[in-house]
Amino acid sequence: MTISFLLLAAITIAGTAAAMSLRNLVHCVLALTLGLVGLAALYLQLGAQFVGFTQILVYVGAVAILAVFAIMMTRSAEPTEPHGSSSFQLSGALIAGIVFAVLAWAVSSGTKALQVQTLQPEASVNQIGVALMHGFVLPLEVIGLLLTAALIGAGVLAMDETRGAR
Amino acid sequence: MSPMSGYLLLSALLFSIGLAGALTRRNAILVLIGIELMLNAANLNFIAFWRYGPNPEALTGVMFAIFSISVAAAEAAVGLSIILAVYRHSKTTNLDKMNSMKG
Amino acid sequence: MNWIVQNLWLVPALPILAAGISALAKRKSRVLAASLAIGSMAISFLLSLWAFAHVLWLRNHGEASLQIFDFRWFQFGNQWLSLGWVLNPLTAVMLVMVTFVGLLIFIYSVGYMAHDENFTRFFCFLALFAGAMLGVVIANSLLLLFMCWEIVGLTSYLLIGFWYSNPKAAAAGKKAFIVTRIGDIPFFLGMVWLYGQSGTLLFYNGGAGCLEPSAINYLVAQTTTIGICAATGIALLIFCGAVGKSGQFPLHVWLPDAMEGPTPVSALIHAATMVAAGVFLVARVYPLMSAHAGIASVLTTSTALQAVTWVGSITALFGALIAVAQYDIKRILAYSTVSQLGYMMMGLGVGGVSVGMFHLITHAFFKSLLFLGAGSVIHGCSGEQDIRRMGGLGRLMPVTFATYAVGMLALCGFPLLFSGFWSKDEILHAAHTWNISQAPFYMGAFAALLTAFYMSRQVFYVFGGKSRLAEETADLSHSLASPDTTNHHGSSAPHESPAVMTIPLMILSVFALLLGFLGTPAWPWFQSFLEDTQAPLDFSAFSTGGMLPVMLSSSVIVLLGLTIGWWFYGRKPIESVDAPDNVGRLSPSIFSALGNALYFDAIYGATFVKLNTQLSKISDWLDRWVWNGAVQTVTQIVFGFAYLDNFLDTHVVNSGFDGGCQGVSRSGQILSLLQAGRIQRYLKIVAGALIVFTILLLWKAKI
Repeated sequence: MTISFLLLAAITIAGTAAAMSLRNLVHCVLALTLGLVGLAALYLQLGAQFVGFTQILVYVGAVAILAVFAIMMTRSAEPTEPHGSSSFQLSGALIAGIVFAVLAWAVSSGTKALQVQTLQPEASVNQIGVALMHGFVLPLEVIGLLLTAALIGAGVLAMDETRGAR
Repeated sequence: MSPMSGYLLLSALLFSIGLAGALTRRNAILVLIGIELMLNAANLNFIAFWRYGPNPEALTGVMFAIFSISVAAAEAAVGLSIILAVYRHSKTTNLDKMNSMKG
Repeated sequence: MNWIVQNLWLVPALPILAAGISALAKRKSRVLAASLAIGSMAISFLLSLWAFAHVLWLRNHGEASLQIFDFRWFQFGNQWLSLGWVLNPLTAVMLVMVTFVGLLIFIYSVGYMAHDENFTRFFCFLALFAGAMLGVVIANSLLLLFMCWEIVGLTSYLLIGFWYSNPKAAAAGKKAFIVTRIGDIPFFLGMVWLYGQSGTLLFYNGGAGCLEPSAINYLVAQTTTIGICAATGIALLIFCGAVGKSGQFPLHVWLPDAMEGPTPVSALIHAATMVAAGVFLVARVYPLMSAHAGIASVLTTSTALQAVTWVGSITALFGALIAVAQYDIKRILAYSTVSQLGYMMMGLGVGGVSVGMFHLITHAFFKSLLFLGAGSVIHGCSGEQDIRRMGGLGRLMPVTFATYAVGMLALCGFPLLFSGFWSKDEILHAAHTWNISQAPFYMGAFAALLTAFYMSRQVFYVFGGKSRLAEETADLSHSLASPDTTNHHGSSAPHESPAVMTIPLMILSVFALLLGFLGTPAWPWFQSFLEDTQAPLDFSAFSTGGMLPVMLSSSVIVLLGLTIGWWFYGRKPIESVDAPDNVGRLSPSIFSALGNALYFDAIYGATFVKLNTQLSKISDWLDRWVWNGAVQTVTQIVFGFAYLDNFLDTHVVNSGFDGGCQGVSRSGQILSLLQAGRIQRYLKIVAGALIVFTILLLWKAKI
């Protein structure tokens, strides 16, 4: 419960909450970027440097940009979004609230029993590389296959059918 | 409150924010972003448990987070291209209008 | 372990890989597909030769000529399921035969299918077919064999129905698939039974395989409720699979119909691969087939082998009888194949592996020669398949005629020179000395007479006399009826085929001539190779064991058959297309019955197919009235409840229970939203489930 944690948590919450509630979609994505950077900083604070930088590279660098592109290409930037019925919004928010309450209950009742590690563990890039090439080599292959399939699939899906497949 | 439960609570809150966004927004892109947030919350959980849990030298939590980020990236790419394809087809990204699967 | 034993899997894998690549290729990349298929087959052929040489080397060095390579496939429970491949003389011989004949057929297909627009697809299927067949050959596990066997079945369906726009071809493909499937069900049951009894499906596994003495002895010791031992039961079930695949007597109906496919396919299916698979299966599981209860002695024959013999001899006679009255050049060959397969089964039953396999090998060569020759004739006559409309082709297509004559004489078993003589004689001799009954011998001998007769009839019809093709060229409807027509450039005059088609014919005819000398009684090298004994050159073998009388009588039979054929068809040339058949005039009713294949299709149509139709009608009725009625009843009950609910709702509201009622109607609304087709509703439900499950888990943890 350090100051830095509270600060970063506040940035993350603010960013993501804004991302989910702003009207203009481009603003949403910008706010989301802020939240994701905050999250990456949290990872760094936890000692997982590699995950933190991966988070920045993948989410801030790729996913957010991709989302901006999608917004531009689907012309959703103009705030034409009709306001949904307030009951619809309310029920969604309510469900999310209940989920949070339940999860918080679970956390508070669950972590008491846990033995907390105080030593800062290490996860250097070297260790991660070794682990990826030894114990996790099969998942790595599978992920590689998945990414390839996703790449091809995304390309096929986004291809303009009307212009005709070659 | 231990430092770990702080992270876990933060993760639960992130998850709920993502869920709320996915449940309330009409735009498909934002729904997708909400789902990405939920995935991120899970990642935060993995890292927190790795940091404070027993046996951190096995790197399991970190690995899981890395793989989950890769999967999320693939999901985002495919999801956004599906949205593009649907948009080309029906000229909308509003989920309320996409109800041709209605039973 | 030798490199070739370890890498024997390459032999089937290469054609399958080629099929995979050409499946991805564009439709126009014809050269790629053909060269892939032919190249992979050529490499497989070289590897097979290597394997063959390796087996020979092992023999010469006095080592065990049975080499296996097993690997674990996957684990279930605490057992491992193993697959593997085996290299023994039987495998080596089959590998060389299949790859060699397959290679020649592939090359021939380049010429035959040159005008087809689906050339690439054809070669893809062809390569897959050959690869699957090679898989059947090398498999050391009944399961692996069965898997490849099923791929063979699938690709035969694809190839027979290759010209699927022609409804007859599509129906023939379906028929081949379904009829062989009827045989495959008992095969599968047999396999399951075998696994249940012996706990392994590997053929050879250093003493623990299911074909090795310990397992066989165990199987023989088990008796079933109907009094036969388990080994016999399993063997009979597996034989059912062979009956279906090899077109034996009750399940032969698909084989003639399979002639709707392109001719190279007919050659491949009927000579080298699919039908041989059944015979090969029986040869492979021969230890199981020949296992019998009681004291092992040479003189007793197991029940399973007796069944094999009887089915085989009936099929041999039956196929030959029907072939006499056919007019389609390919159908004659098809029924001849049925008959020859019967011979092979009979040979396996009475004489053992080597006798049946020898005929299989020689038959593969001369029958593929005949089919390819028939293809050349059809190609030259612009798609005509009716022998009544041919004639006089001997002068116009000399190479085809010469090679066809070689194939025909080999099939008839013309004495001394031709391979068919030696292999057929071997079978007849074995049948003659069979200890159970003499009937198979006489049936086989009569079938040999008929074979010589119908083959000479066909040759005189097609190549002799004067050309009757010209009479009918005005009438285009006949030539258009055949799908082959579309692949030719409608030139009316019969012409010799291109070199890419005739060269395989010549190569095959050389083998049809010479192959027989590998297995003469004086020097039974082939038999000894399969049975792992030494073969001395001994001319006195002709005179021992009643060999000479059998040889003489079968020679006489063949010559008699040829003479009868000449008397009826060659003495004076057939004048016109519509002239009735010379034999048919003797007894028109029998002839037409034979012409219609003894009405087997009609019988099956009237019995099994009709039964099936009735069953499905009954099912339909049940579905419509009984089950639907039940469903309707339930629906009505639900409706009733709904009305009750509705009634309660309105009245409870009227009574003033506002809150409760709202809850009910809200839950009803949520339930109705289940199928709203809106993604966020679904998401909400998931979130609700998450809440419920988390609470449940926490609650449980508390307690």
